[in-house]
Amino acid sequence: MSSVTPLTITGGQLVLPDGGVTPGAIRCVDGHIVALGDVAPQPGDRVHDAAGKVIAPGLVDIGVFAIDKPAFHFGGITRAALMPDQDPPLDVPARVRFAAQSGKPDLWVHPFAAATRDLAGDRLAEIALMRDAGARAIATGRAWIADSGTMLRLLQYAAMLDLVVCTHTEDAGITGCAVATSGEMATRLGLPAAPAAAEALAITRDLALAELAGARIHFRNVTTAAGLDLVRAAKARGVPVTAGVSPAYFMLSDLAMAEFRTFMHLSPPLRSEADRKAVLAAVADGTIDVIGSGHDPRGPEDKRLPFADSEPGMAGAETLLPLTLSLVRDGVITLGRAFALLAANPARLLGVNAGRLEVGAQADLAVIDPDRPWIVDSDKMAASAGNTPFDKQPVQGRVLALFKGGSPVGAKKRAAS
Amino acid sequence: MTSPTFQYPAGSAAFPHRGLVGIAGLAPHEIMFLLDEAEQWVQLNRHAQKHRNLLAGLTIINAFFENSTRTLLSFEIAGKRLGADVVNMHAAQSSVKKGETLIDTAMTLNAMHADAIVIRHGSSGAVRLIAGKVDCPVLNAGDGQHEHPTQALLDALTIRHAKRAFNGLTVTICGDILHSRVARSNILCLTSLGADVRVCAPPALMPEAIEAMNVTPFHDFDAALAGADVVMMLRLQLERMQGQFIPSPREYRHLYGLTLDRLERAAPDALVMHPGPMNRGVEIDSNVADLVGRSLITRQVEMGVAIRMACLDVLTRKARGLEGWA
Repeated sequence: MSSVTPLTITGGQLVLPDGGVTPGAIRCVDGHIVALGDVAPQPGDRVHDAAGKVIAPGLVDIGVFAIDKPAFHFGGITRAALMPDQDPPLDVPARVRFAAQSGKPDLWVHPFAAATRDLAGDRLAEIALMRDAGARAIATGRAWIADSGTMLRLLQYAAMLDLVVCTHTEDAGITGCAVATSGEMATRLGLPAAPAAAEALAITRDLALAELAGARIHFRNVTTAAGLDLVRAAKARGVPVTAGVSPAYFMLSDLAMAEFRTFMHLSPPLRSEADRKAVLAAVADGTIDVIGSGHDPRGPEDKRLPFADSEPGMAGAETLLPLTLSLVRDGVITLGRAFALLAANPARLLGVNAGRLEVGAQADLAVIDPDRPWIVDSDKMAASAGNTPFDKQPVQGRVLALFKGGSPVGAKKRAAS
Repeated sequence: MTSPTFQYPAGSAAFPHRGLVGIAGLAPHEIMFLLDEAEQWVQLNRHAQKHRNLLAGLTIINAFFENSTRTLLSFEIAGKRLGADVVNMHAAQSSVKKGETLIDTAMTLNAMHADAIVIRHGSSGAVRLIAGKVDCPVLNAGDGQHEHPTQALLDALTIRHAKRAFNGLTVTICGDILHSRVARSNILCLTSLGADVRVCAPPALMPEAIEAMNVTPFHDFDAALAGADVVMMLRLQLERMQGQFIPSPREYRHLYGLTLDRLERAAPDALVMHPGPMNRGVEIDSNVADLVGRSLITRQVEMGVAIRMACLDVLTRKARGLEGWA
């Protein structure tokens, strides 16, 4: 019956769902974890020796803009939730169904259903049909839904369908055509800029509407102290809200835009140093639930332009793991919490049986050397474009082996490198 | 004012920059060097015979991706008076409109072996982007809301002719600071030379954290004018405004228009400047703009040609193999 040879990974450090890290082995049959801890390989098993390495769940990356398998596999990502901002957008069931199949077998793509037709922010898309075609959640796309009535009806509908709504958090009326956060750097560069408060304004409204509708809401990138305070307070009063962030917002501030470096053109734009520190604190205290890559590979035709004319976005899949592990080395979070942020929490948000090392879960596994040093090089990336803000930066942490449903992924390529 | 005010290092050490992308990054003595170099051209330009064959055989391309009359004309005259072959490229006539990227256009100009390229573009940072891709010196003739360095240099030269020194001078810049590259370059230039700079605008037209550029911000024009030695007026850049920033031109004039009455609040010998084009009756009244002895507006235009001649001369010295510059 089984088409996959049973797998046992031995001799590693298991990152467990309770946050603990313990030496042990893990055995997988028929694509699922069947035993872990003090287990031995059975005759006929494929055995992978992970001596001295970390055995962790494969990463579940929420909010990517492109299906970029080589980059995802390099970064240990076995599942990616695809934003509806495709061309054409994921606003009809057929496109959602196609996207949901597009990565299998070695990468599972979980498409977001577009909240509104053509992502225009006015008419609701066929969300229930898209759910039944494989959409795991709803997203407003790159933009915020400006019309409060539309947003309320969306949230009510999502609550009925028990789907989480993932939204962009910038008040569009404030941001306009801004490409930077108001402050000294934007002023010196003469870039169109909007105050950081645009984020808190959007979160304030959307929290109110979500509470009114009884809906689950996920803020894809919360990047300011004021925005994080709102999320923290909402969680304290029991609102089913979750928050994500990309590593750029805890690694970089708007100072990085100096010299008009378009690889630093992100959406939302990079914030002040004070906001960067607030993001770090929010990752540490649990206000942030998810760290995602926001993977958005962009070639020179989108990036080799004047800053305000360039497209926002970064190729982030390869640096997601090492930059998150830097928080472990800096004592901000534990190794267990890192994989809650990278795998368990996003899997729970999407309602998929993965992201945790426990019996019965899908055997999406990464064998990682958390200390292995390497240098990010935008010219030699696995991604389809090299637009990383971290070019030439030394990082630590590398995926040595990756398994999707118990089957090895990209083993030949990894061996070659 | 014809003799240099300072002994500069020999050769290219006096101005060790490949191009002129902005005032940011220039040391005060490098700014003064350009001003001093311009003095000879101020004199020459006042003669009937205003030709010096310094740049004979060199090709200068004025690549203007944004409409301009006075700056383009000024650069063209400057190049021609120095004997260069000057070619103007207007965006309206270029393949930019056909979807060619800025870099491809720049590479095309580069392949034609220009000896200097003067660029105006509507996006901040565009000139810097091109400067990194071409082999010849690049001069910024205005990039978005970022910088317009030759405007700041010509304004500084104009002020120096009238006031002789910058230390202790109070300069008030009033208008659409947010959208103004002229304001940014002037702030950098004048503060670098020792002047006290005030900026004045309604909140919607005042960039955040502008005080980090060593200026004092004002919303009240009367307060900003008190005792000022130089009043520099800027026009409303309506073409850069997305949404409504002020209720009406009439209301703007009520609060921020420079009238004869308002000018009384400045120092008794305060000078009036405007980079042009002016909107008479909005930010500046005609009787102020034309005030003999106080308005320097046409003098600014005159200094502009001299400054651009100096920049073209200095930046092509390496290519021309001048001793100490090659």
